[in-house]
Amino acid sequence: MSTTKDTIPGAEYTGTRVEQSTREIEEMANQSYKYGWATEIESETFEPGLNEDIIARLSAKKEEPAWLLDWRIKAFRQWQTLTEPTWPNVSYPKIDYQSQRYYSAPKREKKQLSSLDEVDKELLETFEKLGIPLDEQKRLAGVAVDAVFDSVSVATTHKEILKKKGIIFCSFSEAVHECPELIQKYLGSVVPANDNFFAALNSAVFSDGSFCYIPKGVKCPMDLSTYFRINAAETGQFERTLIISDEGAYVNYLEGCTAPMRDENQLHAAVVELVALDNATINYSTVQNWYAGDKTGKGGIYNFVTKRGKCQGVNSRISWTQVETGSAITWKYPSCLLMGDNSVGEFYSVAVSNNYQQADTGTKMIHMGRNTKSTIISKTISAGHGNNSYRGQVMVMPKAANARNYTQCDSLLIGNQCGAHTFPYIEVRNNTSSVEHEASTSKISEDQLFYCKQRGIGTEDAISMVVNGFCKEVFDHLPMEFAVEASNLLKVSLEGSVG
Amino acid sequence: MIEIVNLHANVEGNEILRGVDLKIGSGEVHAVMGPNGSGKSTLAQVLAGNEAYEVTEGSVSFLGQDLLEMPAEERARLGVFMAFQYPVEIPGISNAYFLQAGLNEIRKSHGLDELDALEFRDLLKEKMDLVAIDPKFADRPVNQGFSGGEKKRNEILQMAVLEPKLAILDESDSGLDIDALRIVADGVNRLRSPQRSMIVVTHYQRLLNYIVPDFVHVLWRGRIVKSGGKELALELEAKGYDWIKEEAAVGAGAE
Repeated sequence: MSTTKDTIPGAEYTGTRVEQSTREIEEMANQSYKYGWATEIESETFEPGLNEDIIARLSAKKEEPAWLLDWRIKAFRQWQTLTEPTWPNVSYPKIDYQSQRYYSAPKREKKQLSSLDEVDKELLETFEKLGIPLDEQKRLAGVAVDAVFDSVSVATTHKEILKKKGIIFCSFSEAVHECPELIQKYLGSVVPANDNFFAALNSAVFSDGSFCYIPKGVKCPMDLSTYFRINAAETGQFERTLIISDEGAYVNYLEGCTAPMRDENQLHAAVVELVALDNATINYSTVQNWYAGDKTGKGGIYNFVTKRGKCQGVNSRISWTQVETGSAITWKYPSCLLMGDNSVGEFYSVAVSNNYQQADTGTKMIHMGRNTKSTIISKTISAGHGNNSYRGQVMVMPKAANARNYTQCDSLLIGNQCGAHTFPYIEVRNNTSSVEHEASTSKISEDQLFYCKQRGIGTEDAISMVVNGFCKEVFDHLPMEFAVEASNLLKVSLEGSVG
Repeated sequence: MIEIVNLHANVEGNEILRGVDLKIGSGEVHAVMGPNGSGKSTLAQVLAGNEAYEVTEGSVSFLGQDLLEMPAEERARLGVFMAFQYPVEIPGISNAYFLQAGLNEIRKSHGLDELDALEFRDLLKEKMDLVAIDPKFADRPVNQGFSGGEKKRNEILQMAVLEPKLAILDESDSGLDIDALRIVADGVNRLRSPQRSMIVVTHYQRLLNYIVPDFVHVLWRGRIVKSGGKELALELEAKGYDWIKEEAAVGAGAE
């Protein structure tokens, strides 16, 4: 992987070596996806299809106010005028949106749960199995979790502690009823309903997600986390997350996701909106581990997600950190609108594509305020037949005096059938600003692996070590437990990718 | 310690080693010299287990075990260490982390407990003192941004930490000025012990002024064509390799 020339003379591949590598690859690639099981649970599911009637029923199910139904219908009509984007560097068969189901929820007797004891045993077990215990005794100590199962949020932990600080952390559906004024004010304020094809679809049919409001001057005492689980077959997941960090507030937010292994592709089109007011900070971390499809590229999640943060206030800061290991296709550009003077946007990303995974991911940093600053560190790892593209836009508007951007895109190739691409778009309309872009592509080398092995470190650990070293700058920005999880995930995702 | 018998090896179908015989006892230091392209580095790589080299004939027995049957990591765990001619960079991984991982793998294979980060730090500090390396090396990424001399010294540090039974130094003197050479050689000499054998692969005699070998072998066209004591190295320095090539050609005339 080193970009300098450190070759041992004659240390090239030979025929036998390659054959042996292939065998090792195959053996290790049989490592299966750990979260691929499905939960047997009685669900209430809509028939496939998408029309205004379905949306009205969905809205009625959730007992939504009229304004929200109107908002959805308007989004749906806009969606019908939009076309699916073809510019991403990914290919997949045409999606039939009418064959999808747009609502699936575990059946419940009561609508509102007064305590976790009323949550279905199967659901609790599901999350327990995923390593996300929801019951009081076993709860993750320093993290409040909102668990979303298919179309609904099933439980949110630590609510009471947060409430004392004035923090609202609940499912999106609850928030619609409990703080409608905040929802009405901010919903669609960062990602308008007609922003793009998938955002419009989400706006029409979004089911649930997390809502979070940190009041003025409050530093959230624990990390907040949403865990998304797709379970039902043929059902799309369209969650919507809205996080508002009021003046001087601070929050760390974590998002994790998994899905069962199914032969059909499943659609996931989420929208995440972040709003940071004056002097507010939001750190948003994602470890995305949707099912990626099998070795031949069959099945897996289509992950078409719009994530955007608005640094609305002065000195505000939004930081995206993402580790993308799952999904058959990833289409995702967590972005920052740097409106407030001195606001800061950051994007730290590791995207892995192995087997037949495709990822077209990156960010947009739109500098509008003065002295705004953005940093983009993108690390892509391609193995097998994986195809990875970084697509990033840096735009400096005329009023963004002294804006600064630094972009670094590094690609690591493992094997010789994968691809890495970089598509930077840079537009500067202010001559006091500075924009830097650095890019590198390297290969994990036989030399590195041999060096590790010669010191007693086995092949898999050696690969994992080289890859972790490559990702270090990004992992350093993840909360501790997440960094460990990310590092383990990488190991699993890449097992068998080199011989 | 190690016995090499009639070792033949290919790289990309070209035969480089054509019947190497070499026996090394415990605690002995053997220098392997020879002109460029004679197979010195190939011998080192084959012993260390680089799979880019294909062994076609012969055997290598190390501590009574068949070395050629083992992958590189198992050889390392058994006590074979090679100081690389071109040490490899691993960005983002600290020297300390890398060495701790290697040492723990070796310890595990011997049924010993793994060292935790603190225990390892103490050990590393001690070894850094032993081979006179600045403690700041511990937290720098493996070989990244190191000068040529620093890389070679780092190899010797790794040898000090991993405590191999057989150390193969592959041109540890190449690219070093005289001061750096002395530092590397001093490090190696401190690690000499009756339990540790060494193969010192070098093109030049000057390294052997500092690391004085018990035996000197000359490799030419993939075979050891002459062996002797340390004075053989001086003779080579004075007379060059041509007389060896001529002798070897006469000897091989019967083929």
